[in-house]
Amino acid sequence: MKHLLSIGDLSAADIHGLLELTDHMVEISQRPIPKVPALRGKNVVSLFFEDSTRTRTSFDTAAKRLSADTMNFAVSSSSVNKGESLRDTIETISAMGVDAFVVRHKSSGAPQLITQWTTASVINAGDGWHQHPTQALLDCYTIRTNLNRRDGFDGLRIAIVGDIKHSRVARSNVQAFTALGAHVTVVAPPTLLPPHVEDWPIELSHDLDAVLDALDVLYLLRVQRERMDDALLPSLREYSAMYGLTAARAAHLAPQSLVMHPGPMNRGVEMVVDPAELPGSVILDQVTNGVAVRMAVLFQLLGSGTDLRGEPA
Amino acid sequence: MTRLVIRGGSVIDATGERRTDVAIDGGRVVEVGSSLPGDTSLDAGGCVVAPGLVDLHVHLREPGREDAETIETGSRAAALGGFTAIVAMPNTEPAQDSLAVVEFVRGQATRAGLCDVRPAGCITINREGKALAPFGELAAAGVRIFTDDGNGVQDPQLMRHAMEYGRALGITLAQHCEVASLTKGAVMHEGSCCSHLGLPGWPAIAEELMVHRDIELSRLTGGRVHLLHLSTARSVELVRAAKADGLAVTAEATPHHFTLTDELLTTYDAVYKVNPPLRTAADIAAIKAGLADGTIDAIATDHAPHPPESKQAPLDQAPPGMLGLETALALAISELDMPLAEVLAALSWKPAAIAQIADRHGRPIAAGEPANLVVFDPAAEWTVVPAQLASKSRNTPYAGRTLRGKVRHTILEGTPTVIDGVAQR
Repeated sequence: MKHLLSIGDLSAADIHGLLELTDHMVEISQRPIPKVPALRGKNVVSLFFEDSTRTRTSFDTAAKRLSADTMNFAVSSSSVNKGESLRDTIETISAMGVDAFVVRHKSSGAPQLITQWTTASVINAGDGWHQHPTQALLDCYTIRTNLNRRDGFDGLRIAIVGDIKHSRVARSNVQAFTALGAHVTVVAPPTLLPPHVEDWPIELSHDLDAVLDALDVLYLLRVQRERMDDALLPSLREYSAMYGLTAARAAHLAPQSLVMHPGPMNRGVEMVVDPAELPGSVILDQVTNGVAVRMAVLFQLLGSGTDLRGEPA
Repeated sequence: MTRLVIRGGSVIDATGERRTDVAIDGGRVVEVGSSLPGDTSLDAGGCVVAPGLVDLHVHLREPGREDAETIETGSRAAALGGFTAIVAMPNTEPAQDSLAVVEFVRGQATRAGLCDVRPAGCITINREGKALAPFGELAAAGVRIFTDDGNGVQDPQLMRHAMEYGRALGITLAQHCEVASLTKGAVMHEGSCCSHLGLPGWPAIAEELMVHRDIELSRLTGGRVHLLHLSTARSVELVRAAKADGLAVTAEATPHHFTLTDELLTTYDAVYKVNPPLRTAADIAAIKAGLADGTIDAIATDHAPHPPESKQAPLDQAPPGMLGLETALALAISELDMPLAEVLAALSWKPAAIAQIADRHGRPIAAGEPANLVVFDPAAEWTVVPAQLASKSRNTPYAGRTLRGKVRHTILEGTPTVIDGVAQR
């Protein structure tokens, strides 16, 4: 595996392998000094063409725990604002000696394009509406550990609720959850569904209340205010009433079921209850696991020839 | 005078097919027959001799974007593609909405001397969809086609008035059919593919609504409308019904819309981004059927050069458009299941009639006719190499593809612009 661009490029066995590797990374992260020299001398460059504090910090933490050198390239301080093309930016930074680019871009497909212009590994940290593979992996890991599902998600019922059309998280997570055997229901108003959603390996619902009580995992997506501009929704108030997690809805969830959200949350919109009061909320676990999953991905792509105990083999 | 004889070819024109030599002198065909005497000759053994091709839809980029193409380089690409006349789209900078810009384009074309370039005028000032361009002034100067191509005219009232006003002048309004509010941010066909790729879709309905609107406006006003680059199956059906009703509606389709599908976008390579977008296999079948039964009158290239750096960008940032002039004839021969005479009709005499230049182009090949001709080998295979194209840009989606049908000679007003596949100036 040279790049991580899309969950669609991974087999179920690949996903299981990364999740098992994540177990080791969790163990490292729990040590008094959570740091190993596995990627010492490797240069990991974060290229965030779109704002994201949590994903960038998570990757940065992951790289540092593996002793990689890290560099942050933020668009606001870069020559991109002076009109430099994506290709020139990549070729220029590559020429400094880079082992991996961690790329966040508002354009779907940008990380795939970048692979043409560098010999470094490219890790997709979210591209447009397309993919966010490490989010999907950390979500799988969170479900796997919290529901004790080390062998896969066969029979697990997961609902993803919200703006599916514009969501890279939805696209990656549907692929990852179904690859591991889960039964996924997508719950959204028709205007927030992608075109030809009938080709997706999911069940479709427009009625959250009808699916709630049978769920093992309720996965809420962020609904953005700008969706109102295109008449996709009448109002956030109406969305909240029809698709938000209210206390009344939370009461219908099965006791062991999980509530997840990729963040940042819109409280009062999709999340109408305080998640701290939901026994099934694993939203902070998702954040914690994000670091370990990203360590696993970095190690998988860059760590050949080293082992996790320490010195290069 | 020097008498040039094209020897050994098979002539195909609107009157039929026959084996004959063609003698040219003083810009005209002077004699057809066998073993004609001449001062010089061009070999046409194994080749078809046909009226020069006519492209209703070319972006030459000059003035304004000479880094992408110039009238000279575009004319050279046209000549190498077998075209003797092309309609230059008006989305230049400044736009072709005034006599000054139209005359500039004509002057540059005359200096290049490689193709008969017919500038189209704008429907609205600066293609902004707000105020009518000076149709009368431009029509008096010989402009016959008006379009805001790149933009559809969104306002139905304005389009109605354009058709009504234009009817008195005998001009044709060419529409880029796209309801803009349905394609905001769109980069590819709205379908299964874009759903997985996470790209904003360009739905077929955005084209079909405007096709339908303009057909009905033509019915209402009697104005002549030409529908540019049809891309969907339903658009073809709408035009078929309009023609059955006897309306003054014509249509064109591009080679890329009958050869390439939206699945190519899975590469995220912006060379496949075009407007209207590549669609599905079912749409391709409908476009081919429309060409075969004459619903679609003409094959037009929508030749749209862009410099490499602009296409080496994410799909939403790259401009739409593909090169077309140098591959159109070969794609039509290779991909269309139509008799050669019908392919040539769609590439020569039918578009010549739509452009209202049938006095000089798409003529029968007979004594006294203007010598605008193409000689091509319909069986010759060649591979598309972007760096070998005459266009200043390289954005062909057919790089590496082997096509059948190669232009050998092109004759413009009696003068060879291409001999044995080599441009003469």
